[in-house]
Amino acid sequence: MSDNVEKYIKRKSYTTANSRIAQKFVDAGLEKIRACINCGTCTGGCPSGRRTAYRTRSAIRKALTGDESVLSDIDIWFCSTCYYCYERCPRDIPVTDMIIKLRNIAVEEGYILDSHFSLANDIFYATGHGVPATGEGNKQWRALRESYGLPALPPTVHSYPEALKECQTLMKEVGFRDLLDNAAKLKAQRKAEAEKKAEEKTKEEKK
Amino acid sequence: MSEYKWRYGFFLGCVIPNRYPMVERSIREVFEELGAELLDLPGASCCPAPGVFRAFHIPTWLVIAARNIAISEELGVNPLTGCNGCYGTLRDAWYDLEHNPEEKKHVNQLLAKVGRQYKGNLEPKHVVQALYLDMGLDYLKDHIKYKFTDLKVAVHYGCHIVKPSDKRPWNGEYEAPEFLDEIVEITGAKSIDYKDKFMCCGAGGAVRTAVKEVAADFTREKLENMRDAGVDIIIDCCPFCHLQLDLGQVEVNNFYKDIIGEPFKIPVIYITQLLGVAMGIDPNRLGLIKNHDLKGVSPFISIDPFLNIVKEQLT
Repeated sequence: MSDNVEKYIKRKSYTTANSRIAQKFVDAGLEKIRACINCGTCTGGCPSGRRTAYRTRSAIRKALTGDESVLSDIDIWFCSTCYYCYERCPRDIPVTDMIIKLRNIAVEEGYILDSHFSLANDIFYATGHGVPATGEGNKQWRALRESYGLPALPPTVHSYPEALKECQTLMKEVGFRDLLDNAAKLKAQRKAEAEKKAEEKTKEEKK
Repeated sequence: MSEYKWRYGFFLGCVIPNRYPMVERSIREVFEELGAELLDLPGASCCPAPGVFRAFHIPTWLVIAARNIAISEELGVNPLTGCNGCYGTLRDAWYDLEHNPEEKKHVNQLLAKVGRQYKGNLEPKHVVQALYLDMGLDYLKDHIKYKFTDLKVAVHYGCHIVKPSDKRPWNGEYEAPEFLDEIVEITGAKSIDYKDKFMCCGAGGAVRTAVKEVAADFTREKLENMRDAGVDIIIDCCPFCHLQLDLGQVEVNNFYKDIIGEPFKIPVIYITQLLGVAMGIDPNRLGLIKNHDLKGVSPFISIDPFLNIVKEQLT
């Protein structure tokens, strides 16, 4: 890293900026985000930005300046983690890692899509696999394995129930269970608030 | 074969065993034929996926990844994966833990609760890395029995086999790697250049789970570029790309039928399936021959055109 980049990281304008998100980056050891000069190289090479409203530069800018809409917008979930932004950043910022960290913060705040919550909770936590072969709905996949001369279930957590318990113990100990429960609670709260607001609006209109 | 030259812990992941078992079969057969023993990793789990579960909670991702590597360490062998996603996770976790002693200590405190320990002394490897760096092209060439005379291949690397490049074994090369093309070409097949060859398939990073149409739009662009180059088949080295290029091809044909013209029907073949037929391994043992009447299973795009080429050219 050049001295110049060091200088940017330490510059006061950002260290004193009231950005809770930027502070979380620093706490996570990703203080390099402060070296961002908003050149847009990340966005230029981004295959997702070519077809969605996701703009890497804008997401990083919002994170730096404390614009928390970056957490609730679906845009950051359009990054396919192809790592071109990470590789090409002229300031050596691990951009993709920043986006992943941003998503961590979003989930912590309860901003997680229903499909992602279900994948984390009903599939990964419950089975130990992200794409399982157990259950009635997957019996064709077990039969497919057998048709290629393999056992119906692979020698993974699928074949070792005590190994699944081990994974679930680790997930509890590391805080994943609490994280998911908290995200579910926050999601439900926001939904209830939105419904209440909509109800009040309809009442208002009827008057 | 009683004496093996190499031994690995075969980390299966999720998509290979549970959606594309033909890929698992072909890796097992090709490695056995090449004198490499693959040991099962009993009780291994999801890696966990680097773009989705890491994006939910980095500490969970790290400790579960460390547990998976630890299972291989208990057997004293390098973990080996045929999936770019698993490779991304195992390799990044291994790299990150080696560069962060505090984190490593913390992970081991957690693992101790389930009676495991992570050492970090065995580098996680990709199937293609084992083929190219451990065995080498010359060794592979010695095992080729038949060569294709006219097979045009669109090679798809995927992202995480080469990136992030500082955590990969390819000397920093990520813009235009050639190792997979070189393996393809020892079978006599020709790797055809196509526009944006190294572009992502679109499935990763939780995008497929979030919005299938967005993932499929990446795939549409890739498929159009491949078709323009006039290829016969796609060769890949990642089951999630494989799923996206195979099942995703059906989705592209559906979502984007108004803009693609003709529907796509390019067979998608995994690298060890291609290498295996050239090594003279029975296609039945490479998961290339369908012998069931199950509905709604992979492959979703017929591979018959490829099998016809095998029949015509490999004699």
